[in-house]
Amino acid sequence: MIALLRRLPASPIAIIGIAIVAFWVIVALLAPLLAPLAPTRSLQPMALPGDRGPGGIMFWLGTDVLGRDILSRIIFGTRSVLLYAPLATLTAFAAGIAMGLVAGFKGGWLDEALSRFADLILAFPLLILYIVIIAKFGASAVNIVLAVTLGAMPGIMRITRGLVLDQRGRAYVQAAQLRGEPVWYILIVEILPNVRGPLIVDFCLRLGYVIIAIGTLGFLGLGLPPPNPDWGTMINENRNMALVFPHMVVFPCIAVSSLVLGFNLLADGIRELSQTE
Amino acid sequence: MPAPPLLELDDLTIAYRTRHGDIPAVTGVSLTVAPGESVGLVGESGCGKSTCAFAMLRHFAGAGRILNGRIRFEGRDMAELSAPELERLRGGKIAMVFQDPMASLNPSLTIGEQLCEVLVHHEGLSWDAAGARVAAMLVDVKLPDPSRIMRGYPHQLSGGQQQRVVIAMALLTRPALLVLDEPTTGLDVTIEAGIVDLIATLQQRYGTSMIYISHNLGLIAQICTRVAVMYAGEIVEEGPTTRVFTTPRHPYTQGLLRCLPDVGSDKFSRPLRAIPGSVASPDARPPGCAFGPRCEHFTPGLCDRRGIALEGDDALHRARCVRWRDLVALEHEVAPPNFIPTTTAAAIEVDVAGLTKRYTIDDRGLFAMLRRRAAKTITANAELSFCARRARTLAIVGESGCGKSTFAKILTGLETATSGRLTIGDVDVATLPVERRSRELLRRLQMIFQNPDETLNPSYSIGRQIARVVKKLGVARGRKAIQAETTRLLGLIRLGPEHARRRPGQLSGGQRQRVGIARAYAGEPSIVIADEPVSSLDVSVRAAIIELLLDVQRRHGTTLILISHDLGLVHHIADDVVVMYLGRIMAAGSVAQIFAPPFHPYTEALLSAVPSVDPRMARKRVRLEGELPSAIDPPLGCPFHTRCHRKLGAICVRTPPPEQITPDGLRIACHIPLHDLTRQSGERPR
Repeated sequence: MIALLRRLPASPIAIIGIAIVAFWVIVALLAPLLAPLAPTRSLQPMALPGDRGPGGIMFWLGTDVLGRDILSRIIFGTRSVLLYAPLATLTAFAAGIAMGLVAGFKGGWLDEALSRFADLILAFPLLILYIVIIAKFGASAVNIVLAVTLGAMPGIMRITRGLVLDQRGRAYVQAAQLRGEPVWYILIVEILPNVRGPLIVDFCLRLGYVIIAIGTLGFLGLGLPPPNPDWGTMINENRNMALVFPHMVVFPCIAVSSLVLGFNLLADGIRELSQTE
Repeated sequence: MPAPPLLELDDLTIAYRTRHGDIPAVTGVSLTVAPGESVGLVGESGCGKSTCAFAMLRHFAGAGRILNGRIRFEGRDMAELSAPELERLRGGKIAMVFQDPMASLNPSLTIGEQLCEVLVHHEGLSWDAAGARVAAMLVDVKLPDPSRIMRGYPHQLSGGQQQRVVIAMALLTRPALLVLDEPTTGLDVTIEAGIVDLIATLQQRYGTSMIYISHNLGLIAQICTRVAVMYAGEIVEEGPTTRVFTTPRHPYTQGLLRCLPDVGSDKFSRPLRAIPGSVASPDARPPGCAFGPRCEHFTPGLCDRRGIALEGDDALHRARCVRWRDLVALEHEVAPPNFIPTTTAAAIEVDVAGLTKRYTIDDRGLFAMLRRRAAKTITANAELSFCARRARTLAIVGESGCGKSTFAKILTGLETATSGRLTIGDVDVATLPVERRSRELLRRLQMIFQNPDETLNPSYSIGRQIARVVKKLGVARGRKAIQAETTRLLGLIRLGPEHARRRPGQLSGGQRQRVGIARAYAGEPSIVIADEPVSSLDVSVRAAIIELLLDVQRRHGTTLILISHDLGLVHHIADDVVVMYLGRIMAAGSVAQIFAPPFHPYTEALLSAVPSVDPRMARKRVRLEGELPSAIDPPLGCPFHTRCHRKLGAICVRTPPPEQITPDGLRIACHIPLHDLTRQSGERPR
């Protein structure tokens, strides 16, 4: 990983990706300092970008239907997206990798059972799965993370399983077995470090998808409950006004796209770097 | 006047362009090939053999280019040929056969389509006319049932058959020159012997000139009339094959021959001597003699002068060595053998009795599932019985798929046996999987693996990996003691303590294999099982590993179980031998018994397939016909009867052979009476 970072300058794509992601991370960290207004404060509805509100306040990106400053909402919305998306992706990876390692290494009926379970989830249209879970258990941060975890897990499990199958028969694994290492040691200490490359790339890509998924949930009204600033929810709330006041929808959309793009570029860069290794 | 040469390389220098400037891969190579001649090109990997071969086709992988010199084919300078002329030449008058046949065949076309295409493209034949020629050629390369093969796809053929198809493809246009780059590496000895015979026969029939690249000196000795030895991009010695191999002039050639385990010698009479060091990388070649840094006869002021020429007694046999005249006088002394043979009566360490392993293959077709039909079974080991004695080396030999590795897996507990007994000490481990074995048992038995690329975990330093074994098996306790033990083990395999912090990726293949040996010995085992420990290494590295293995074994008094298909190696280091075929034991006995009459017909065939550099070893040719039968439906009766050259008749087909035992204890499973086996194969020179 450190070696990868050291070679980073060799990949312009990775640098652009990191720059975009870093920009949003800084925005999230410094949100209270950067945002000109409170994200939930209702001031003047449907102001255009550049309009001045009461007391000469500048609405850089305009306001929404309820008169809240769009710039401030985007800035504060960064926090939720950069908290829940990585969290959901991490839990999905933890579960997916654990299942994949066990299924790939143990094989047999355990592999069958885990693989069929993964197929079962994959057979559901993803969006319907999310809707079912959140409609059933309610829209909350925890449930969103759980729903996304469940949806992303099978894919990660399949990738891990394939990678483990390739490593399982290698002599160093057999050598570990011959000195009596327990299964958990072989899986986590011996095999996992040798399959991490593709998993890191997949993590960055999947993080992008998860951001879109969380945004979609917000758009469907299944995201964080209002009045929390959430990019997806913002797009949904202002959907009806999109033709007249495009700024209400366009700016949150740009925010989502740029963050997803950042993670995708990062993934491409890492893949490029690990190939030239 | 001799015929004008077909191919002429004249002072050829080829360089690869890299970020650090041009790096010469081949420097000043001059070589001629006369019509109908077969020339061998030998040397360790990285010596420029393949670069030379590609240059003959004016094909350069990556950024290679000719810096100096000429390649003339039939008198024409290849550099002046236009692109269409070059294309007609390649695959037309010059054909190539590479190591991996699957890489030369298109997996999505039938064999017939790809072969006919060659003729349609190069000779403008119609597809029908081409088909007839192709069928005839497939008969020539001794493939059974050509029409069926032409309809099939490459993956439906075995490796040996694929290579035959590639050879057929190369010969279709009646090329004047055939370039073979390690065509049999990776194939079983018996299959290799068949292909080498085929190449020699076809070469004579069609009068094709041939350049045969190989690191296997025995093969070159068998089929080439002239040989050029390459080292670090230069030809260091060339001459008629027999002269080069019997009276080598260059210290490198001498070194190569000394590291070759051969059926003519063993560890008691002639220890192998590895060439110290490794090939200098092309950007750091020393001035003067490229071999200088590794040469025991290196003389400062003489050998490091530039421009050493090829010279010798006559124009035929020349070496690039300034001291060759002095060296002729220096008869290299053979180090005294320091092996004390262990007695055949040594205590039994591993006892195998009636060991059988069956794998079941689930037939997952819908009908099979509905009918609940019994799954197919493969018998990988059938009723194996033998024993390994303390401090001796037991070799298990046979072609791939004979069940050698399955036995290793059962012994180590990675698989469990279906039935039978396998006792280590007084514990029956036949059905004891590795995770249920006690630490003492684990410590007692360790393994050395085949592939140096996979034997170590690429993520950790080698010091950490050895230390882990030391700690896990309880050899030493406490950080200091473990570290001291790790350093000692590195010393055992002649690596300095500074290597402890390196990752496997920073080591050469030979070094990695050494670390594999150190790891195996870290638990101070009494039994070590080595699965083809040197088969993927270069000749000179191989010798070093073999000697290291023997040295460590001698010091620790280890029982070594060696799994190998290389009979030269087996003859060199083994004390006892078990010959396996399709999961059954064909013959078992001491090394002297196995390598002398009476022979089991299969042993005889295996032995005859081993190419030797020693011209005195010219021996009766026994060639196995056909392929190894599938283990799913093994032949009834004697498993070997489908390929046996001494098959008696119906009895071999129907009845499993009895085990016959000679008075001195050699076991042979064959219907042919022992005295017949002795008599008929007795003319083999020893």
